[in-house]
Amino acid sequence: MRHIVVLLCVAGSALQAQETSSTATPVKPMALPGTGAVALPNANPFPSTYRAPASRATLITNATILTAAGPQIDRGFILLRDGRIVSLGNGTPPAAGDAEVIDANGRYVTPGLIDTHSHLGVYAAPGGEALSDGNEATAPTTARVWAEHSVWPQDPQFPRVLAGGVTALQVLPGSANLIGGRSVVLKVVPSVSVQGMKFPGAKYGVKMACGENPKRVYASRGPSTRMGNVAGYRAAWIAAETYRRRWDKWLGDKSGDPPQRDLEQETMAEVLRGNILVHNHCYRADEMMQMIDIAREFGYRIRSFHHGVEAYKLADVMARDSISGSLWSDWGGFKMEAIDGIRANIALVHNAGARAIVHSDDPSGAQRLNQDAAKARAAGAAIGINVVDATLIRWITLNAAWALDLHDRIGSLEPGKNADVVLWSANPFSVYARADRVWIDGASRFDRMDPKQLWRTDFELGWVPLPSTSTQGRR
Amino acid sequence: MRTTGRIVATTLALALTGVAQAQDIVAITGGTIYPVSGPRIENATIVLTNGVITAMGASVAVPAGARRVDATGKWITPGLVAASSTLGVVEVGAVADTRDSRARGKDNIAASFRVWDAFNPQAVSLPVARQDGGITTVGVMPSGGLIAGLGAVFELREGASAESMLRKAPVAMVATLDASSAAGSASRAEALGRLRTLLRDSREFTLARARYDAGSMRELSASRADLDAMQLVLKGTIPLVVAADRASEILNAISIGKEFGIRVVISSGAEAWSVAPQLAAARIPVLTGAMNNIPESFNALGQRQENLALLRAAGVQVAIVGNGAGGEDNFNVRNLRYEAGNAVAYGMSWDDALRAITLTPAEILGVSDRVGSLSIGKSANLVIWSGDPFEYATIPERVFVAGKDTRIMTRQDQLTARYRTLPVKY
Repeated sequence: MRHIVVLLCVAGSALQAQETSSTATPVKPMALPGTGAVALPNANPFPSTYRAPASRATLITNATILTAAGPQIDRGFILLRDGRIVSLGNGTPPAAGDAEVIDANGRYVTPGLIDTHSHLGVYAAPGGEALSDGNEATAPTTARVWAEHSVWPQDPQFPRVLAGGVTALQVLPGSANLIGGRSVVLKVVPSVSVQGMKFPGAKYGVKMACGENPKRVYASRGPSTRMGNVAGYRAAWIAAETYRRRWDKWLGDKSGDPPQRDLEQETMAEVLRGNILVHNHCYRADEMMQMIDIAREFGYRIRSFHHGVEAYKLADVMARDSISGSLWSDWGGFKMEAIDGIRANIALVHNAGARAIVHSDDPSGAQRLNQDAAKARAAGAAIGINVVDATLIRWITLNAAWALDLHDRIGSLEPGKNADVVLWSANPFSVYARADRVWIDGASRFDRMDPKQLWRTDFELGWVPLPSTSTQGRR
Repeated sequence: MRTTGRIVATTLALALTGVAQAQDIVAITGGTIYPVSGPRIENATIVLTNGVITAMGASVAVPAGARRVDATGKWITPGLVAASSTLGVVEVGAVADTRDSRARGKDNIAASFRVWDAFNPQAVSLPVARQDGGITTVGVMPSGGLIAGLGAVFELREGASAESMLRKAPVAMVATLDASSAAGSASRAEALGRLRTLLRDSREFTLARARYDAGSMRELSASRADLDAMQLVLKGTIPLVVAADRASEILNAISIGKEFGIRVVISSGAEAWSVAPQLAAARIPVLTGAMNNIPESFNALGQRQENLALLRAAGVQVAIVGNGAGGEDNFNVRNLRYEAGNAVAYGMSWDDALRAITLTPAEILGVSDRVGSLSIGKSANLVIWSGDPFEYATIPERVFVAGKDTRIMTRQDQLTARYRTLPVKY
């Protein structure tokens, strides 16, 4: 499978991707052990069963295209075939052949949106204890748990987020724990099993959380303070490093019995080997600075700070260390560690040269990542940071793809990349815009005007009334 | 939208210009005015005298001594009205010491709870709602329990005392029918029964106060103060704002209104669209959001974004309440205008959406004599927008409250300025 190498796709000014002076353990992919031997770690025990359905080719013409990889294309075309983007541009469209041809008539085309911070499926609607599966709040470090084992594919939030143009998302465990467990990257498609939604080949992430949540949840048994939190991370990494060394040695020489497996440490060791990405919930700048030092101490990288309401205070450091910011446009003030949230946060992070990402952490916000991006841009414009549509789109596509290390496959419209595409009724950064069509791997997954394409989860049958076609909205 | 160059000028304006030197007069010229109570006026002048609108129209002369504000190319609307919030009574949601929106009450009844007595005019979220959101009037409502208490309306004046910001109190009695656990009942029917009992007891109490005071009356379901406060509802002085989501609960609230002859307003109202004809027939207004479409509870399975448009089409009076309102997310009360934009995207007319965040909430809260639209004699609460107020690219450039051009840098603005260039210099 060939992938286009994506160039020049970082946010704003070129990233200063200098290496940190770190004591990082050299990153070596772990050799795959034999299969079926439970004494050995299985790198992929719950493999993706997702296969893109066969689909008719699609040619969209006369569109304004925000590619996330270059300048805006006016009156452009884009051809999707066999799950891939074949070509795009503003010249004469290629012969359509058997393709469905859509005259966009000035409407907008963007890559499918990507949400780096979702709890869909693990905190499924209609909520309540029975569906509250996002926090294994029984111990402060639970790297052993995997979010995918909590995902309910029939969560009615999935189709709503798809209708908002989201084609891929990262489901994370909650933030009760210092180390909350593995995340999983999903395609927003109907499936009996979570395996049928898993993005093939996507790396796992691990969720870490700073600050108020862990110390509140564990107040009675510890950690109950921020210093307790930090001691907790460090103790966990020390144990993980011992485990990694013991296993890597055994995998090298296969001498004697393999060491005892430990689910907790398997995830942690994979982080140290660079095979699992760190997604770190952290609000305050001072705590983020400490998390950066902890990462350096133990030789791992932080791929993205999540929430980061104070990211603007250390945006220069994030740029220097290639740490992306998965951020809200305007949440703040709801707890002490959020009181310094400002609406220009994302624009300031972008302006400093770090990868700025609009994330949701919220099933409502996930349906409107485009609107949140527009809101964040306006706050930047108010202080003289101007971001054009062609750049802004990266905050909800390519930069998010980078945070998941999937930027060579999704996140921008370029020949050879997955055909994850949204056709919008208007400029997606207008409050009045709605997604008209959504394709994932070239297959049409949502069509606002076609009730036959309306994805109704099992839960919705009988419970949730069907929208009548007379109320589709004005555009 | 139709454009007219209607001239509105009154003797009030003429009378006031005679003593201009003693007056604080502002004339805003050149903008397009959306008065809400009438058609838009292009290239208009609006004159604010001592905090009141004294002239408005396309051919209004600028009075001598007036400070001029050029609004050429701008959109001018009434200051927005957020019907329900906890602004000023909750500062940081997760910090108990800053929360004053819930009374302990007795048996989940706190009818006599006057939430406005806790209003903190220094709350940093107040200028955020005003300067970022163009909101000049807010309903401040209590929450929790079967009967949460009494709400009030405040004007977001700058640097003013709570007393001078208070526009009207009380304006509403807040109740919760749905979410029976929040209302302290084990069944929705129990919550409804307790509400009915409270209303009956309150009626009986006022008919037999002497007996009650003499201690010769059976035990009633609430304290004397609460029974007393409920008279405002029974007399129709203020509406009972009932939080109800499920259609059947909304119908129950309609029944309660008929049974006791009281004014009912539905808030939250996830499934209100499905009983829109009944709400219209009973003339019951609805306070709800425009961005809710998740079947997030068994009360709200039918929740959908077309709710407002469908209610409006059925003739129901609707006011938009944002996601940030009522839920103590006080930073984002400012996002009310985006809710209105989303309502338009899901079928509401632009004019109706603007009305639903200005005049209609003012009417529901009983303050439309002073705020909610731009007309002669009304309080000079208005916003000069850089464009369509519902659009993300638009900012509120100037916000006038009672004629004063509010310009405070919010705490958030100060942080932004401090960290505009890194590394920070303290």
